[in-house]
Amino acid sequence: MAKAKTNTEDYLRMYAQMVRIRTFEDNANQLYLSAKMPGLTHMYSGEEAVAVGICEALTDDDRITSTHRGHGHCVAKGAEFKQMFCELLGKEEGYCRGKGGSMHIADQSHGNLGANAIVGGSMGIATGSALRAKLQGSDDVTVCFFGDGATAQGLWYEVMNMAALWQLPVIYACENNGYSEYTRTEEIAAGSITARAEAFGIEAHQVDGQDVLAVNGLTRKLVERARKGEGPFFIELMTYRYHGHHVGDINREYYRSKDEEKDWKENRDPIVRFRSWLVAEGIATEEEIEAMNAKIETDASEAVAYAEAAPYPDMSEVDMHVYAD
Amino acid sequence: MREITLSQAVNEAIAEEMRRDGTVFLMGEDVAEAGTPFKVLSGLVEEFGTERVIDTPISEPGFVGMAVGAAMTGARPIVDLMFGDFIYLVMDQLCNQAAKQHYMSGGKLTVPMVLRTNMGATRRSAAQHSQSLQALVAHIPGLKVAMPSSAYEAKGLMKTAIRDNNPVVIFEDKLMYQDKAPVPEEEYLIPFGEAHIKREGSDITLIATSSMVQVAEKAAEMLASEGISAEVIDPRTIVPLDEATLLDSVRKTSRAIVIDEGHQSYGVTAEIASRLNEKAFYHLDAPVLRMGAMDVPVPFSPALEDTTVPTPEGVTDNARRLCAGEMIDAA
Ligand SMILES: Cc1ncc(C[n+]2csc(CCOP(=O)(O)OP(=O)(O)O)c2C)c(N)n1
Ligand SMILES: [Mg+2]
Repeated sequence: MAKAKTNTEDYLRMYAQMVRIRTFEDNANQLYLSAKMPGLTHMYSGEEAVAVGICEALTDDDRITSTHRGHGHCVAKGAEFKQMFCELLGKEEGYCRGKGGSMHIADQSHGNLGANAIVGGSMGIATGSALRAKLQGSDDVTVCFFGDGATAQGLWYEVMNMAALWQLPVIYACENNGYSEYTRTEEIAAGSITARAEAFGIEAHQVDGQDVLAVNGLTRKLVERARKGEGPFFIELMTYRYHGHHVGDINREYYRSKDEEKDWKENRDPIVRFRSWLVAEGIATEEEIEAMNAKIETDASEAVAYAEAAPYPDMSEVDMHVYAD
Repeated sequence: MREITLSQAVNEAIAEEMRRDGTVFLMGEDVAEAGTPFKVLSGLVEEFGTERVIDTPISEPGFVGMAVGAAMTGARPIVDLMFGDFIYLVMDQLCNQAAKQHYMSGGKLTVPMVLRTNMGATRRSAAQHSQSLQALVAHIPGLKVAMPSSAYEAKGLMKTAIRDNNPVVIFEDKLMYQDKAPVPEEEYLIPFGEAHIKREGSDITLIATSSMVQVAEKAAEMLASEGISAEVIDPRTIVPLDEATLLDSVRKTSRAIVIDEGHQSYGVTAEIASRLNEKAFYHLDAPVLRMGAMDVPVPFSPALEDTTVPTPEGVTDNARRLCAGEMIDAA
């Protein structure tokens, strides 16, 4: 069972986890810009309160499925920087021994069933995990993360129907960041997204995805109810990605204005908002917060240096793991 | 002759056909203002408007199915599937619906549509964005499959595909979009089912598709310096397949290696090799060799990924050994 998040320690952990995600992404972006990271990656910066608010309501037994924009989910569910950076650089010590990379990072030990490079590709997996929980009488809950763009995938409607028919312990968490690649959500989604879940009789909520306490409070309630067989649920989290669709999407004014980006960053940043709240409530001082930030930055730099120096997998690994023993 | 990139060649082919035929239209994810993530279609929406260059939601089976319906009722849709790996999502629409309408209706219905998509590994895009799935669709009667090996082929094959009365799937290698080649200013089409002999030779035939043509040409260079004369042939379309040109070559050289970036097992290479065995057996001095991608999901790590695809060195080595009469243990 998830613990009630009412004490100082929990608040500070939520703050630290959000900063860890931002710091991880800043370092990952830097690796890309300095041509040290193979391929491309999608930054989670700006959406930290979503992953942290939700994952802080879960235990290690609860599962999540993640997306192409998955570093935030991975960190929030408990992953370590070292193995994550190793994976991003294709190194042997990465979570997937370098075989998956950014878009397929998975962390079995904390219940992260994996990122997915197919938009909506994890909706069946998450719902199947919830079906298993029900069949085996287990009280764990599965959260399925996906973007607003993924609501256009037919698979979602098929699995929502079954999840609702069979009251499965799954929470569909739609991270609505206003864009699906280079297209505004209004141009790809007709009608209301919450109404789509409601059409299947699924209780649907919309929440400010930049407010970690709001996200966490709502998720804790829904997780408790899902454990008791009152699922499934749907949450639409209104949020924003600070970077381009991927790290290489730099000139993006043709689809998104600099003013809009500035407004979200300056007025609605989830970390800045929560930080002021922590100080105002007397939960932490500015000095304590600065010390936390500094510690996280050091951890990240050390993990990056470690990953850069780490070895690639041996060539003989290439045809290992195609089939299980 | 002027040189343009493969990306520009595709863009020109589509623009020319859209100007020529008002029933041609384009649809797919981020094809309009964004011009696709690879920027292949940039500028088309400015000329043809959002009525004919249509951005869709991320609903691949939906919009491919709609293309089938539009094609059956008088339009000529070109569908853009952002990555070849997404072909699994649209298999029913493509293979059960598009491919079979003409046959099931006793020749009454036609589905003149083009599905343009891509293939190719070594871009560090991992297992779900790197596959070369041409064998999957080539297996289905009713679908034609084109695999351009340069900007020149990309333009000529695209124009033919748009005018063809059948569903055509075109696989472009995503690593070749910026590669330049001479492309005439004047209009030309490349007929389907006509292989192109890229280089003449007498000791061994290298049959290669898409970017593997470059691999074969490099291997032929290396072999030439060792005194082995390799002929390089690009089938250009794998359905229909220009068997005659391949057979003529193999009857002349008596040896062949078939190279394609799809997985080696049950693949394009196996099909071509087996036709050569069946029809040129008594002219062969060595078993026909298949070289495809390793039978593993494409790994992310550069250290692993580079070992999964055929290389000029690998082709050269195998060709040298075949010419020396050695047996090669292919997977
Ligand atoms: C089935 C499928 N279609 C298309 C893509 C290409 N693609 C990758 S991310 C993306 C946009 C996803 O938008 P959204 O779901 O809102 O997530 P966001 O990137 O905004 O987090 C697209 C179209 C894909 N990976 N999978
Ligand atoms: Mg989005």
